[in-house]
Amino acid sequence: MLIDWFTVGAQALNFLILVWLMKRFLYQPILHAIDEREKRIAKELADADAKRDQAQKEHDEFQHRNEEFDRQRAALLDKATDEVNAERKRLLDKARQAADALSAKRRDSLTREQQDLHEKMTRRTQEEVFAIARKALTDLAGTGLEERMSEVFTQRLRELNGESKAGLAEALKSASDPAIVRSAFDLPSEERATIQNAINETFSADVHLRFETAPDLVSGIELHANGRKVAWSIKDYLVSLEKGIAELLNEERRPEDKSTPASHGTLLE
Amino acid sequence: MRLSPDQIIFWQHGFFKLNATIVFTWGLIVFLVVGSMLITRKLTSEHTRSRWQNLLEIIVTGIQQQIKEVGLRNPAKYLGFLGTLFLFVAAASLCTVIPGYEPPTGSLSTTAALALCVLIAVPMFGIEDQGWSGYLKSYIEPTFIMLPFNLISEVSRTLALAVRLFGNMMSGAMIIGILLSITPFIFPVVMTLLGLLTGMVQAYIFTILAAVYIAAATGTRKPKTIAAT
Repeated sequence: MLIDWFTVGAQALNFLILVWLMKRFLYQPILHAIDEREKRIAKELADADAKRDQAQKEHDEFQHRNEEFDRQRAALLDKATDEVNAERKRLLDKARQAADALSAKRRDSLTREQQDLHEKMTRRTQEEVFAIARKALTDLAGTGLEERMSEVFTQRLRELNGESKAGLAEALKSASDPAIVRSAFDLPSEERATIQNAINETFSADVHLRFETAPDLVSGIELHANGRKVAWSIKDYLVSLEKGIAELLNEERRPEDKSTPASHGTLLE
Repeated sequence: MRLSPDQIIFWQHGFFKLNATIVFTWGLIVFLVVGSMLITRKLTSEHTRSRWQNLLEIIVTGIQQQIKEVGLRNPAKYLGFLGTLFLFVAAASLCTVIPGYEPPTGSLSTTAALALCVLIAVPMFGIEDQGWSGYLKSYIEPTFIMLPFNLISEVSRTLALAVRLFGNMMSGAMIIGILLSITPFIFPVVMTLLGLLTGMVQAYIFTILAAVYIAAATGTRKPKTIAAT
């Protein structure tokens, strides 16, 4: 007999016990764990959704703020650019003005320096010319020249006329001291006599004379009497020449001061 | 020749006896229950879980899915009965790799016991679902004339369940036994592997047929024809 009924009953019982045990120890815990996990996942998904919504909201808000910020920044940038441009223009103008002023000043100073140099050169040239002339004449001065000078002087005395002659005559008469005759070299007695005679003849009086030597005359003879003077000397020529050149320079400078820098340049050329 | 482990009797006292079928069944019960306890003791609902928990979850949800596919609306309700049927039969087959083991399902007593459990469980689930009248009415569907045929069908399918499982399991054990005496090397291993496969198939068929009978009884749907071997 293949079927043993006791075994059948025992196995049925065994199976039912196994069903209960498996329910108790396998299916319930496993299903419970799965349910728990599903709940948990659902909760996490819901949380994630909520977080995503929140994130989206924040993202939108942030984007909005960003756009606002960009707008403000652009506006500020525009304003700042305008201000900077204005400031740049102002500073450039100022710098240009300053540069112009400096340039004008420099040009002026240059012109002045050139003028000074020109004047110095002129003066130096003049002094050199005079020094050369003086030296040449001093070297040439000698007895023959003294004689010639005496002649010229006497001739000039004789040629005196009018007011100067009357003034000098008056001075000679009223003078208490003797009149002074100054010469660059010591005059020989003949020359002295000639000059004495010429003075006496010219003023028709016996004039007391005193002869002095004055090397600064370079070459020449002077008659001093009570503040008046009759003279012929190279120094006088030179002085009058100097005076003439100085006047010329002064005349030249006056129109230069009034002229423009361009005309300065032209003059300097 | 021994056809059933029922014939190996360890202890007997009149009607009561302790044969290999019962002992190996107890062994399987202990194996299944202790294994489940060990694994479910450390269950977690976290995202990361142990491999054993994963395995059990796959098995349980797989059975649930199969029950659902048969057409039972609330698989958790039938999981205890059908799932245990499957696990017991499958475990009984898989353990044939252990030397000296005799599958309890190779005994007609065991398969008959399981078939009887199905025979009782089907009307119980049917009455629970449809009530007495609703369930009994299903025996006279579509006409009153069908009542005897329905009753015969009820008994014959239970018999078929029992004999099918017994025949397959017993034949597997028999073939291995015969082969061991003819070609002791290599070939029995192949046949053992084949036996494991047929064992799993039989566990599946037994469970699915039971599910189909329950589904028919609960009125969810008409039983679908399954070519069972």
